[in-house]
Amino acid sequence: MKKQKQSIEEATILFASDSGGGAQSIGTQMTEASAIAGNDVATLPDYPAEIRAPAGSLAGISGFQLRFSSLTIHTPGDLCDVLVAMNPAALKVNIDKLKPNGILIVDTDNFAPRNLRLAGYSSNPLEDGSLTQFQVFPIELTRLTREALKDTGLTQREVDRCKNFYALGMVCWMYNRPMDYAFQWLKEKFATKPQYIEANTLALKAGNIYCEVTEQFATSYEIKPAKFAPGKYRNIEGNMATALGLVAASQKSGLQLVYGSYPITPASTILHELARYRNFGVKTMQMEDEIAAVGVAIGAAFSGALGATGSSGPGIALKAEAINLAMIAELPMVVCNIQRAGPSTGMPTKTEQADLLQMFYGRNGESPLPVIAASRPSDCFETVYEACRIAIKYMTPVIFMSDLYIAFGAEPWLIPHVSDLPAIDVDFPTDTNGFEPYLRDETTLARPWAIPGTPGLEHRIGGLEKADISGNVSYDPDNHEKMVHLRAEKVARIADDLPPTEIFGESSGELLVLSWGGTFGAVRTAVEHKQAESKSVSHVHLRYLNPLPKEVGDIMQGFKRVLIPELNLGQLRLLIRAEYLVDAAGLNKIQGQPFHVFEIESKIDEMLRGDV
Amino acid sequence: MKKRASRPIPVAVQTLTKGDFTSDQDVRWCPGCGDYSILAQTQRILPDLGIPKEDFVFISGIGCSSRFPYYMNTYGFHTIHGRAPTIAAGVKASNPDLSVWVITGDGDALSIGGNHFIHLMRRNLDINVLLFNNRIYGLTKGQYSPTSEQGKKTYSTPMGSIDNPFNPISLALASGATFVARSLDRDPEHLRSVIKSAFDHKGTSFIEIYQNCNVYNDGAFFTYTEKETKAENTVFLEHGEPLVFGKDGDKGICLNGFKPEVVSLSDGTHSNGDLITHDQFTEDRTLAYFLSRMTEVPGLPHPIGIFRSVEHPCYEEMMTEQINTAKERMGDGDLDALLNEGDTWVVE
Repeated sequence: MKKQKQSIEEATILFASDSGGGAQSIGTQMTEASAIAGNDVATLPDYPAEIRAPAGSLAGISGFQLRFSSLTIHTPGDLCDVLVAMNPAALKVNIDKLKPNGILIVDTDNFAPRNLRLAGYSSNPLEDGSLTQFQVFPIELTRLTREALKDTGLTQREVDRCKNFYALGMVCWMYNRPMDYAFQWLKEKFATKPQYIEANTLALKAGNIYCEVTEQFATSYEIKPAKFAPGKYRNIEGNMATALGLVAASQKSGLQLVYGSYPITPASTILHELARYRNFGVKTMQMEDEIAAVGVAIGAAFSGALGATGSSGPGIALKAEAINLAMIAELPMVVCNIQRAGPSTGMPTKTEQADLLQMFYGRNGESPLPVIAASRPSDCFETVYEACRIAIKYMTPVIFMSDLYIAFGAEPWLIPHVSDLPAIDVDFPTDTNGFEPYLRDETTLARPWAIPGTPGLEHRIGGLEKADISGNVSYDPDNHEKMVHLRAEKVARIADDLPPTEIFGESSGELLVLSWGGTFGAVRTAVEHKQAESKSVSHVHLRYLNPLPKEVGDIMQGFKRVLIPELNLGQLRLLIRAEYLVDAAGLNKIQGQPFHVFEIESKIDEMLRGDV
Repeated sequence: MKKRASRPIPVAVQTLTKGDFTSDQDVRWCPGCGDYSILAQTQRILPDLGIPKEDFVFISGIGCSSRFPYYMNTYGFHTIHGRAPTIAAGVKASNPDLSVWVITGDGDALSIGGNHFIHLMRRNLDINVLLFNNRIYGLTKGQYSPTSEQGKKTYSTPMGSIDNPFNPISLALASGATFVARSLDRDPEHLRSVIKSAFDHKGTSFIEIYQNCNVYNDGAFFTYTEKETKAENTVFLEHGEPLVFGKDGDKGICLNGFKPEVVSLSDGTHSNGDLITHDQFTEDRTLAYFLSRMTEVPGLPHPIGIFRSVEHPCYEEMMTEQINTAKERMGDGDLDALLNEGDTWVVE
């Protein structure tokens, strides 16, 4: 039969299976293939904390959402054009995310009564008419994969594990994606198990051919490359970008990187990445707990290395006392908080941005620290690099904030030239003449970074209050107040050192949407849509949270109203209201999921109509 | 005794004295505190160690003993409660050329910092740990500590402590420490020699020092430190020597099944050949552990000296080795290449 090719602007696909069923790996393959094909891509992996929940259960479903587009995009999409559901549970968990008339591909071999019961279906949705609003493609995925792989000599269990690649082959056909990348990936992944390379390659090809020859699939889709700024690109996840940013800062500053960490979702992959870079002199230390992890970073900083530690909210809580020590000792260090849904253990594999106040105020005493946050996966590189720069220049720990959504999300990244990265100057004093451990630089108020091994600069630091200049222990009342002010002033002065804040849209108007962190994509997209409708709305996204850029107050004055969407109960809003006495409104969502664009759009509409 | 590779001693170093290691800060321990002696012995021995003053780093946690770094004219870091081992690990891993010392107490190391303590021991970084054991919380004014004996009445245990105490030597040995020793605040010569041995040992060195808190737990160790009772209640461990003790050297420790037993060397029933011979260099930890339990058996003398001293690879050396291996295999890190790693594409 004659197949049609239809050109479309973009598509969003959601792969869903039991965790361990391969949704993540084929999602990643499709992402790479789409990025290399020149599309803009954005991804949203969504999986349970349990490594292998019981097969077929609702709790065990792992999903990978991928959006690829011929336009510039900022989010993985609200709803999907295609849902690939490997079993009834995968269908049940995700069917609400499929657009009306969307394409639903299911493995009918998995819709036996037992699986339907596990998923809580009282009748088979493929037969009871409940899916009529979708284009359903019932595929005997298990049988077809077994058929295609019958000569491989693998066990049935091994063969069944190749089903995901059969499905990937189908999706590659539907979107005219070359499969070379996946072939290559399989070769590397299973280098020591060639039988798996062969089997998965066969499954991939078989799935592709299936679509080509059966009448079920009449149309395939083409999505033209997106327009990108010229340059060299790669696909990157947030945590990978964070790791690279730390290495880049280490290389540019000439300081060895010492990264102390304790495994925790979603920060662990930074540790995994950095552990690969021993040839850059990177010292990763997996410690006995979160406190030890920050302890080694402080020790590293004291001895003249670039000390860094990474964790998520619960781990950061444990580190708080030690971070405070580094604060009063005025040592440069970077603390990465890859936020997840709290409180307490919360939902470890779900996103949230409810640790902002923890990072501002979660330490005893007056403990001001610079706080900066990344906005999207690729932005993690520049933002953590900036954290290192500030830490070293101002001799202070810096909080770098990311969140699960951008840590695990991926997008194309315009690879920077090393020579274009800002310089990070390090000055270890050696002159004993007039040396005092707390004698400050006049402009930055930074104290000297005199490191052990330097003759004549022997000195003691610690967590007890310091006498101004000498750094000796002091209980003097006036000195204490002075030191509290000096430490606050030092952080405040960083505001003199920040790039101008970009306003997306007009610099005055009806509504300003102010956001921070991983909500950037959804907020920017919503504002773009509203501006396209000629609505008077602008967007400012903050990277620098403490100190806030100086112009933020003036910018807000240009707008009648301010909206602050956050994945918390209004933490930035609290700070903004306290700082500027601006009656900002909030849009707050605490579901462990990122914003949908439409949620922000409808809030903007409401506010512009004056409904709220 | 195995020594570290000797490095040439700079002329300036040879002329260092105790005064060079004394800071300008007033020492603020209670008059009569055992800490004074430990400070003095440390300041006396450092000039003999043959390394420049600027290479010493003293790191402490919280507690009376942890004020120690302020009184040393070296690099020092008075950190937070129980965490000194972690910060010391960061210092040593970052710069293996430094001589890193942890000053801690029984509460700091064994209560709030217990986790870090055992992990420091097992990692075997080349760090020297001096634990001032006074079996009491001093700085917080007299609560029982994890080494306080059961039944101890303190402000927080008016009816007596119901906790079982830790045995610091046993704990260090069980954690895999490669150098484990005990000394006394009131035996300056022995203390100096053990500190010197700890310094010479490559790997984590742990010294438990019986230290008198004359305010909250006065005399806790007098049985083992005072002239009148010391000889009868302590046995000094010497490598290759039988365990002989007593004022007249007339008693020894021999093994009865799995139990240590005091025997007389003067009544003709036993001779030196019957006694346990100390071997601090044996890889097997059993003997050292056995000796460490002697303090828990009433009537047995407390062993003083080096329980164990064996050489294992150090954490920081293995780290450096991995870095060198990675550089050999992959070449020195090239940032441009790293950023451009993986699948890339060019947009014209």
